[in-house]
Amino acid sequence: MVIQIDEISKLFGTTAALQPVSLSIPGGALVALLGPSGSGKTTLLRILGGLEYPTSGRVLFDGHDATGMTVQERRAGFVFQSYALFRHMTVFDNIAYGLNARPRASRPSRAEIARRVTKLLDLIQLPQIADRYPSQLSGGQRQRVALARALAIEPRMLLLDEPFGALDAKVRKELRQGLREIHDETGLTTVFVTHDQDEAMELADLVVVMSMGRIEQIGRPQDIRTRPATPFVRDFIAG
Amino acid sequence: MSDIPLPPASLRPAAAARRFRAPTDEAPATRLVLILLAVLGLGVLVLAPLATVFAEALAQGIGAAVESLSDPQAWSAIWLTLLVAAIAVPLNAVFGIAAAWAITKFDFRGKAFLITLIDLPFSVSPVVAGLCIVLTFGANSLIGGWLVAHGFPIVFALPGIVLATMFVTFPFVARELIPVMIEQGRAEEEAALTLGASGWRVFRTVTLPNIRWALLYGVLLCNARAMGEFGAVAVVSGKIRGQTATMPITIEMLYNEYMSVAAFSMAALLAFLGLVTLMIKTTLEIRHADQLAAQRRH
Repeated sequence: MVIQIDEISKLFGTTAALQPVSLSIPGGALVALLGPSGSGKTTLLRILGGLEYPTSGRVLFDGHDATGMTVQERRAGFVFQSYALFRHMTVFDNIAYGLNARPRASRPSRAEIARRVTKLLDLIQLPQIADRYPSQLSGGQRQRVALARALAIEPRMLLLDEPFGALDAKVRKELRQGLREIHDETGLTTVFVTHDQDEAMELADLVVVMSMGRIEQIGRPQDIRTRPATPFVRDFIAG
Repeated sequence: MSDIPLPPASLRPAAAARRFRAPTDEAPATRLVLILLAVLGLGVLVLAPLATVFAEALAQGIGAAVESLSDPQAWSAIWLTLLVAAIAVPLNAVFGIAAAWAITKFDFRGKAFLITLIDLPFSVSPVVAGLCIVLTFGANSLIGGWLVAHGFPIVFALPGIVLATMFVTFPFVARELIPVMIEQGRAEEEAALTLGASGWRVFRTVTLPNIRWALLYGVLLCNARAMGEFGAVAVVSGKIRGQTATMPITIEMLYNEYMSVAAFSMAALLAFLGLVTLMIKTTLEIRHADQLAAQRRH
């Protein structure tokens, strides 16, 4: 799905979290929103997911205005920074949540739900953990379950907020690879937020560098590395 | 070998280990004093009075106690108290959840004011609260006059007692829920929304299961307090025997009339209802200890 962001701005009270920004994300791309904290990258991601409403501007999905769409209508698979797994549910019920929440007419049968959950557990390479609770999982496992839960709703796009932020370096590297594979397999337009430039450069097709609510540069990783557009970008990717 | 002098006994590892105490540990004497103080406080303030109530109730044998409780006026008081609790507690649970939800999940102007308002019943004397209800809904007031004219009196009747009880017990549920809901944040609810769940479904399948223990605790406290409320109810009920006298009010009236067996029997029953509440809570906590732990660790 093609995502277009048209002059989106966001004010929290009187502070501008986003200056008017525009961005076009080609269908099937893996895009990183890269910037320091307070750069507005998470706000932009939440606006795409329908969790925040922009102060001005429009969001278009495949050319249709989606600005007023509710979070449920958007069908965006969202992976939260702290994963936000439902702590009172097993891994199975977590992943099945979105399917069970569908209206009766479009809800798959119990057996079909079980089949899909099993398939997703295979996809994230954790076939054995269906009956465990989130508190019994490691950080890396939680992150993968959160990803499976987001994929279960057959999303139109995948939005990830600092997906590797809370993990140690080794697990981080593995999961990076995992996300790349899942992206290539599903072909979903994927946007992830990160403050880690290595992560952005290594994983993304397109990197959007942000600072102070503005987009500093949009480009392929090698372009950003070789031709930083602003002094901020030069400093940020150097540090 | 033997000419190397050994370090003094006090510095040898075994002795050092024996002398080492964790920095957070207190000396045995301190610990003993603290425990004794706690036991003494509990004994004087809780156990001795409770034992006295039961002893006085049974002073003339269990037969006299049971007989005093089977009196129609006693029955009426017991029934009224249970009825008031059965109305006030569920309503306060709903209002408490609504207030806690509004405060923790949304940002709006006047939030601090709402929090203060929730605490108001704790700081206002129940007698004052009762008087406010009498002045607002009494037969001489605008609203009260109209309601009485239409055959629905509030003051000196069940609705007044329920209102007074609800006012006094309002903070319990909200106060239990707010810290829990603040700690849990909004992320799980947001996750459920992105997965396509409606607001009501999010509440039912995510919010409610996460707050159920705090809710239960709040409801039980609210219940215990609702059954025991005296001051506010004393003002609004008019203390009509067999009609608007709740258990605490009946106890006071019986005691003032020197009917000590009857007074203490009912007091014992009221105390027993409170103890049952506490027992239910403890039993549930023991039975679901694993779930409680699982929720906290995450």
